[in-house]
Amino acid sequence: MSAFETFLQGTIRTATPLAFAALGETVTERAGIINVGLEGAIIAGAFGGFVTAGFAGTWAGFAGAGIAGVLVASIFAFFTIRLRANQIIGGTAISLFGLGLTATLYRQIYGATGAALSIPTMGAMKVPLLSSVPLIGSSVFEQPPITYALYAIVPLVWVWMYYTHAGLGLRAVGEDSRAAAAAGIPVRRTQFLAILFGGFLGGVAGGVLVIAQSGSFAEGMSAGRGFIAIAVVVLGRWHPLGVLAAALTFAAASALQYLFQAMGWTIPYQTFLALPYVLTLLGLAGIAGKARPPGSLGKWQTLD
Amino acid sequence: MTAELALFADSVVRAVPLILTGLAVALAFRAGVFNIGAEGQFLVGAAAAAATSIKLASFPGVATLIIALTSGAIAGAFWAAIAAELRRRFHVLEIISTIMLNFIALYLISFVVRGPLQEPTHIYPQTESLAEAARLPIIMPGTRLHAGIVIAIIVAILLSWIFRNTAIGFRIRAIGAGPRAAQTAGMIDVERLSWAVFLWSGAIAGLAGAIEVSGVTFALYENISPGYGYTAIAVALIAGLNPLAVIISGVFFGALETGASALQRDFAIPSSIAGMTEALLILATLAFAGLRNRSIGLSGNER
Amino acid sequence: MRIAFGMIAPDAGTIRVRGRPVRFASPSDAIAAGIGMVHQQFSLVPEMTVAENVALGGHGRYDRQQVAARVLKIAGRLGMTLNPFTKVRELTASERQKLEIVRTFAHNATTIILDEPTAVLTPADIGDLFVQLRSFADSGGSVILITHKLQDALAHADEVTVLRKGHCVLNAPMISVDETSLADAMLGRAQDIQSPLQRKNPVQSRIVLELKNVSVLNDIGVEQLRNISLQINAGEIVGIAALEGAAKPLLRLLAGRMAPTSGDITQPLSVGFVPEDRLQDSVIPNFSLIENMALRNSATHSGRLNWPEIRNTTADVVSRYDVRTSSAHARMADLSGGNQQKFVLGRELNDRPELLVLENPTQGLDIHATAEIHDRIRTARDEGTAIVIYSSDLDELAALSDRVLVVGKEIATTKPDRDVIGRSLLSRMT
Repeated sequence: MSAFETFLQGTIRTATPLAFAALGETVTERAGIINVGLEGAIIAGAFGGFVTAGFAGTWAGFAGAGIAGVLVASIFAFFTIRLRANQIIGGTAISLFGLGLTATLYRQIYGATGAALSIPTMGAMKVPLLSSVPLIGSSVFEQPPITYALYAIVPLVWVWMYYTHAGLGLRAVGEDSRAAAAAGIPVRRTQFLAILFGGFLGGVAGGVLVIAQSGSFAEGMSAGRGFIAIAVVVLGRWHPLGVLAAALTFAAASALQYLFQAMGWTIPYQTFLALPYVLTLLGLAGIAGKARPPGSLGKWQTLD
Repeated sequence: MTAELALFADSVVRAVPLILTGLAVALAFRAGVFNIGAEGQFLVGAAAAAATSIKLASFPGVATLIIALTSGAIAGAFWAAIAAELRRRFHVLEIISTIMLNFIALYLISFVVRGPLQEPTHIYPQTESLAEAARLPIIMPGTRLHAGIVIAIIVAILLSWIFRNTAIGFRIRAIGAGPRAAQTAGMIDVERLSWAVFLWSGAIAGLAGAIEVSGVTFALYENISPGYGYTAIAVALIAGLNPLAVIISGVFFGALETGASALQRDFAIPSSIAGMTEALLILATLAFAGLRNRSIGLSGNER
Repeated sequence: MRIAFGMIAPDAGTIRVRGRPVRFASPSDAIAAGIGMVHQQFSLVPEMTVAENVALGGHGRYDRQQVAARVLKIAGRLGMTLNPFTKVRELTASERQKLEIVRTFAHNATTIILDEPTAVLTPADIGDLFVQLRSFADSGGSVILITHKLQDALAHADEVTVLRKGHCVLNAPMISVDETSLADAMLGRAQDIQSPLQRKNPVQSRIVLELKNVSVLNDIGVEQLRNISLQINAGEIVGIAALEGAAKPLLRLLAGRMAPTSGDITQPLSVGFVPEDRLQDSVIPNFSLIENMALRNSATHSGRLNWPEIRNTTADVVSRYDVRTSSAHARMADLSGGNQQKFVLGRELNDRPELLVLENPTQGLDIHATAEIHDRIRTARDEGTAIVIYSSDLDELAALSDRVLVVGKEIATTKPDRDVIGRSLLSRMT
């Protein structure tokens, strides 16, 4: 495989969990809620996936990951919607909670040494015919099947958001929840479901990290991906397709280290570790003024 | 030296960075600036303090110490300024930018302790130890309790006084609780004041890092912060963003984490339980505030 | 009416539609029962198009073209022109109202509730509106018109119900009542609401504020005000009538909250400002009254704050302006809207500013609070304060102002007469 193909494969590999999480957060933010607790959903999904896959196999593992994400997100939903807590603070608390809980449970269940136990993993699967496409076939179509699920979910969410009344309702809630309420749309229920959906995909993202990539769980392995995902949502301008593109761009940047290594350039490895975060900052600055967030994002508008 | 006293002293030692970073967070949150970057600001403050202490080894001890602490504060303010500028010029949400900067700071420290500041034998990923004279004095003999606690308490009292009695303290509270009203009715330049508060918040967090290096670790290494900047959020929120209450909250969390370490050592209960407890406490505070239908001094709306 | 539209659930009693008792869990239930509502504000999503707003609340697949065609059909039937693909934020107030009506028809409403529909309309539009409502009623529909404009009610309604303080005090066929009996029912006592209140002193000739060739561009370079020149004298009330969006920049300019892009402005040092969105722009709801008092001019305060003095000032304002509150330490959010506004007025007038700028000061307030605020404004005028008041209620402007400025991008002066103002506004629209 050429250096470029390695680079592309690494890109898609890195992009997959990011895209899942960002897609879920897109739906949440389109309903006007910013969920910085996404990190908590991801790490919960990683742990949930790890545990479930351990006794029920890979696909069940992903289901367990998704459910774990939903559970964490539902706590956030309760605080934000029912108790009208400040979304930023509530989300931060949920992330801290998720990180702390998963670390505690992991040590409790698997021993204080934190030894790397492994579980069945999901390997790459070639798509017949398509994986022979020159240049991109070996990377785009030779991925763990969960990535193919991603390829399918993105357009599904897109169609749902723009070509169904339910999607229109979601977007209205995110733009102006008072107007949406006046039009008869159940605002709180919409936001609640949007948060849960975001949590589900966030959990799946965590599952990808464990089941389709590392094969084991480590404390804090989400490594800020939840926050990067939020940036990806901004860069993708809150549009499912844009978010996928933004996730790929990010992943490409951090996969650059393979290209650089192949070309024999020696750069301190910390540069590549820091690169996604630096890119997030640059990207967010660059998008300034050009992207408009959903009108009621982060605010709480009274419904009466 | 009784065991209880030693444990208490240890809790206070643990509390110093928590109090200071908690104050940094409380100050920022009060002004409506969601500075989640206390962790990164702490780290760069620690790095700056270590670097100056080591490079200025020829200066008299007290001078080195003061310069080290000051440079730590300045470094923290600088790190916060990156996010503040991104917020001001590009409307980048500071919760995202500060978290990104936390990670960048982490890798920066990793690079620095393996490169430019690495100890002379080039074996361990850490700096050389600080000279005796450049260290904070111990105020309780037989323990690790250093003068940093005094600094922390002074900063807390100062902030409390500012909030209660001064015009600028009132303005800071106003921009956090009602930014639009502050602008329209109070004629306050919200953007400029938030920017300034952001930097002061970073400075306090940076000072916390400098104190930790100068008073406890006496060197810079990779895991110098077990997440102080994140725990600080819990510390600040539980204290209701009240500077004096942050002292108590900080000591409480310090005891929690000291106790958690002891629990892990003696009873094999994961010390991560502290982190979880802290998060649960935040949630409990939020629930309580929500049920009483009051915000914790903040408007629920975005600016 | 919000109960009728399913936005709030009743605590007692029954709702019946065509004789059958119903319960509305949400507006979509009400819509399904054939009830449509034309709201006063905040019911359209500004960033979405006309078609999207009409489509809101539907089910299943969303076909943009299909909805657009429907919008055009209904609009045509009602004699309106509406482009289904324009964003709502680009529509004028009367166009938005038309959209709301189209929307109720799109949902096959048999009963339409209109909430203060004429507040922002020109006389021509009002005429059109009532023609459409009458023809709707003639073809079997029902119309509920919520209004405080007695003239509108008398001229167009068949039956009237008067609610006061939550009770029904009058329900009768329109032919059996007249203006006086309606006013009595609404206010609870005989009131002569027609004669304008006489000024105590004449307008002074001292100029308090002057604009010369002032233009304002907003931050994306769009011209909001062009070459405005005007003068405001001490002791006069100048009313501002404007199309939605045009008044805001002018008021903020006058109040010193915005700088002109070009031109000269001579402003007094001390200006009181009572903006429209009280809870966002005027007060901090979670702060106490005392803290809200400290908000005024807080940017100029330095050093230590003299809390005892601020406490005294607050207590003084509370008593002088009859602000009903448990104490000066009470949270602003715990006060009623009327009392909040009285407090704001007292705070802004406390240091006797030379100019007071008000933006829809009585919006959302009940009749008594409104009357109190009007009294205070007149008192301030009699004491020599120059007053600029913007109101989307043309009757309020007519009742209070000495002269009225009609604002589009430029300015024209008119008499404080409702119809004159209305016609002038209309000519600015085309």
